[in-house]
Amino acid sequence: MNKEWPLWEVFIRSKAGLHHQHVGSLHAADSEMALENARDVYTRRQEGVSIWVVQSNSIIASNPEENTSFFDPAEDKIYRHPTFYELPDELKHM
Amino acid sequence: MTAKEKNFEALFQAKIDQEIKIEAKDWMPDAYRKTLVRQISQHAHSEIVGMLPEGNWITRAPSLRRKIGLLAKVQDEAGHGLYLYSAAETLGTTRGQMMDALNEGKAKYSSIFNYPTITWADIGAVGWLVDGAAILNQVMLTRTSYGPYARAMVRICKEESFHQRQGFDIMMSLCNGTAEQKAMAQDALNRWWWPSLMMFGPSDAESQHSEQSMIWKIKRKSNDTLRQQFVDATVDQAKILGITIPDPDLSWNEEKGHYDFGAIDWDEFWQVVKGNGICNRDRLKARRAAYITNGKWVRDAAIAYAEKKQQRDISKVA
Amino acid sequence: MSKSIAYRYTLQIADNSLILGHRLTELCGHCADTEIDLAISNIALDLLGQSRMLFQYAASLSGSTEDEIAMLRSEGEYVNCLLVEQQNEDFSQVIVRQYLFDTYYTLFLKALSQSSSSDELRAFANKTIKENAYHVRFSRAWLMRLGDGTQESHDKTQASLDFLKPYIQELFIPSQVDTAAIADGVGVDMSKYVDQFHTTLQADFAEATLSWEAPKYHVSGGKDGRHSEHMGFILSELQYMQRAYPNSEW
Repeated sequence: MNKEWPLWEVFIRSKAGLHHQHVGSLHAADSEMALENARDVYTRRQEGVSIWVVQSNSIIASNPEENTSFFDPAEDKIYRHPTFYELPDELKHM
Repeated sequence: MTAKEKNFEALFQAKIDQEIKIEAKDWMPDAYRKTLVRQISQHAHSEIVGMLPEGNWITRAPSLRRKIGLLAKVQDEAGHGLYLYSAAETLGTTRGQMMDALNEGKAKYSSIFNYPTITWADIGAVGWLVDGAAILNQVMLTRTSYGPYARAMVRICKEESFHQRQGFDIMMSLCNGTAEQKAMAQDALNRWWWPSLMMFGPSDAESQHSEQSMIWKIKRKSNDTLRQQFVDATVDQAKILGITIPDPDLSWNEEKGHYDFGAIDWDEFWQVVKGNGICNRDRLKARRAAYITNGKWVRDAAIAYAEKKQQRDISKVA
Repeated sequence: MSKSIAYRYTLQIADNSLILGHRLTELCGHCADTEIDLAISNIALDLLGQSRMLFQYAASLSGSTEDEIAMLRSEGEYVNCLLVEQQNEDFSQVIVRQYLFDTYYTLFLKALSQSSSSDELRAFANKTIKENAYHVRFSRAWLMRLGDGTQESHDKTQASLDFLKPYIQELFIPSQVDTAAIADGVGVDMSKYVDQFHTTLQADFAEATLSWEAPKYHVSGGKDGRHSEHMGFILSELQYMQRAYPNSEW
């Protein structure tokens, strides 16, 4: 047999209330092992309270060559930001 | 090179010049990719092979406190190897391919690990000097232009910070101990000093990959700059320990604001790189035994079990 | 609670962790892949941490230091069971040894946390239960992978189980120290748990497609200080520095 253990991406919630964040990857033969390996590799210093693992080949990624059509059109939509709207000086908070 | 490629390459270099990180799916010149795969996998192998000379002493550590500290440290090296293999894998190589290259003797790793750890003081000296040298390189690499490599280095640097301290602390205990212990510490410094200086690689004039790597901002400081930084930092630490750096030419140069140091024996360096160090054969033998003879059937079993389990889960649903 | 009984009973627990931890540290850097290296080292760190906690307690009872107790006793004064000193023949033997010990330890720690008269040992058990729960998860999962993996891994694992099973009974049969500690209240009587242990084993071995027949003979003696030949070699490494450079600070 010449199969390698598949690659998994690891996401960790560092404390309650925060998003899971991508921290890295590792190899494991199955999902159980991926979770355990993630615990042993990425939380040795109490870095997390929750772990997600997902097989790397299940991730669908955008293509950097299409970045201009994907992301540039948002650039001129300044009306989506609060600074677009002027407030009277006497109004302190809104 | 086609006009399109030229254009890509110009855009690529412009990003680098603007300090924009390159990510895995971004276009990059083949040579950049190859350089990174070579450097990152070499770096990963160094972590993994580096576990051997230090792991050597875990069962013989002189106290339980030292034993646990050393084991945690060597375990970190495994983690660092793993982060680096992962970074290299984003460039289209696989862990298995990199392991094969190591086991077949085709891939390099840091030559320092071909020297033997023969006394407990060597564990102190390796932590203090070898990790001390490595961390200068690694801090520089946290700003390297390739995103996944830079992020791995940030994580590694955070974890490494205790390694050099642990080494220095071991040396401190020895130097404050009996005459025999202090002699052990001096002997370790004598043997590890010059190989540590060699860790930064050939001098700038001789280094074949350096110039392009600086343009690509894979590296940001030259070998000689880092080596000088290491010498300057370490001399004072040796004074605190009260042991002598084995270099009669070592002296402070007021004008330069740096220490001058003696000539490095590059013949020895190249001999060890070529496989003729004391432990080259032992290291490869140990790696092959771990990964192939004693390891392959274990990894295969886990794959076979995962496949059976998946089949069973499917037939349960059906 | 008798101090001298508590001392000797504590050593029995501590030595198991120390010697099993020692065996696992021998594997550091030599595992089948990097992820397994990290996992095995984590377990070893837990075990060595446990032994330290107990040696510190023992030192407080005897007026000694943790390292003197851990590293300067004569072989006959080490009272770990024979199972934990068995060699790392291959990864299947590592896993079967670990699985047997972890499964036993689950029952032991629960009993200790509930009924030992020693505050320190109950606190130790409560802390260690969490660590051990993870160890069982690891060793049990690997028992399944190796037992029900490839033909080769199955055969190796079966051979390891057959090799190690004569050492199981010693875990449960009271040694002289156990008997005194049970009478004192500091210790727990593990002979009550044999059936429960074997029920778990049967179910797990069946799932791992391993066959089980009760061993025709049992070996014991470690808990009374009579060890296998392996122990002397373990101690020559464990004690090397303390013996070669006595009265030094490290």
